[in-house]
Amino acid sequence: MAENAPFNQASQPTARAQLLAGAGQALPVVAGVAIFGTVWGALAVQAGLSPLEVALMSGLVFSGAAQFVAIELWSSPVAVGTIAFASLLVGLRHVLMGASIEPVLRGIRPGHAYLALFFMVDEAWAMSLRRAGQGKFGIHFYIGLCGLLYLSWLTTTVAGALLGGLVDDPARYGFDVVFTAVFVVLIVGLWQGRRDVAPWAASAIAAIACHRWVPGNWYIFVGGAAGLATAMLLWSPRPEGTEGEASDAD
Amino acid sequence: MRIDPSALAAIAAMGLATYLTRIAGYWLVRRFTLSGRISAGLQAVPGAILIALIAPAVFATGLAESGAAAAALLIAMLRWPMLVAIIASAAAAAGIRAVV
Repeated sequence: MAENAPFNQASQPTARAQLLAGAGQALPVVAGVAIFGTVWGALAVQAGLSPLEVALMSGLVFSGAAQFVAIELWSSPVAVGTIAFASLLVGLRHVLMGASIEPVLRGIRPGHAYLALFFMVDEAWAMSLRRAGQGKFGIHFYIGLCGLLYLSWLTTTVAGALLGGLVDDPARYGFDVVFTAVFVVLIVGLWQGRRDVAPWAASAIAAIACHRWVPGNWYIFVGGAAGLATAMLLWSPRPEGTEGEASDAD
Repeated sequence: MRIDPSALAAIAAMGLATYLTRIAGYWLVRRFTLSGRISAGLQAVPGAILIALIAPAVFATGLAESGAAAAALLIAMLRWPMLVAIIASAAAAAGIRAVV
């Protein structure tokens, strides 16, 4: 990845503009976060968590996937090892995400980067990559983006815990497809040309098969790994088509 | 409000496990020099992960989910704002569910 780092360009927006841009990009996602947050908070209380425990978990874990899995495994007393191991497995996709976001964070001190990575949820990661592709990424953009996502996850999960089922059936209003829509838009932004076809197709096939036949959330990691493996297999030292090398700004 | 000790331990362990997964990839890439092949693979990861996140819902759940994704795809290709894509998707899903 060292040879093509089109990030950290000149004419960076000011810190304030970056914060606002980050928060602005988080805003459409907040609607989805709010729905899932209230639903999760209500389910967590039904599973036996107190509202204070809900707040602690949202604040310290900050992962919808890990938290949904945890309340399915919740018991009294809580099986600490089982739940921690489940979090580790659910989080495996983060390993791939963290590796791919490293070039974006290169202009940032490692100490700050390790703090920033605590907040690396799927949406923040994908939107940061897109911003970097446009040559406009800065740490203040990340702070605005993650700050709003974090606050909305924390407040809406606690609200769900305190108020119970605010939204009984998100599907009825089409709310459940919010994240699908967000990810589709981000995928279109990531498209760089024909060389993406094979890894993306491999990921889709692997994820669908895994989702169908393997219990749990393995499909996300498996799809990502299938895309990684396919791109590695197809790599040749001298690629014929160099399209997309530095043209990922849209 | 109560906090159960085993619950507190579980929450702390979850937080630690999740944080480790979030920093592991960054740490590995900084620690080791990557070959061209591995770099090429990693460049495919963002798209592959996002595809994997939605593929089961889009291709193997139902007409409403597929329609919602198609609506978002259309809006995204027109380069309209994300909020428009979200609204169009939700409307498509709710509309299809009301009819089917």
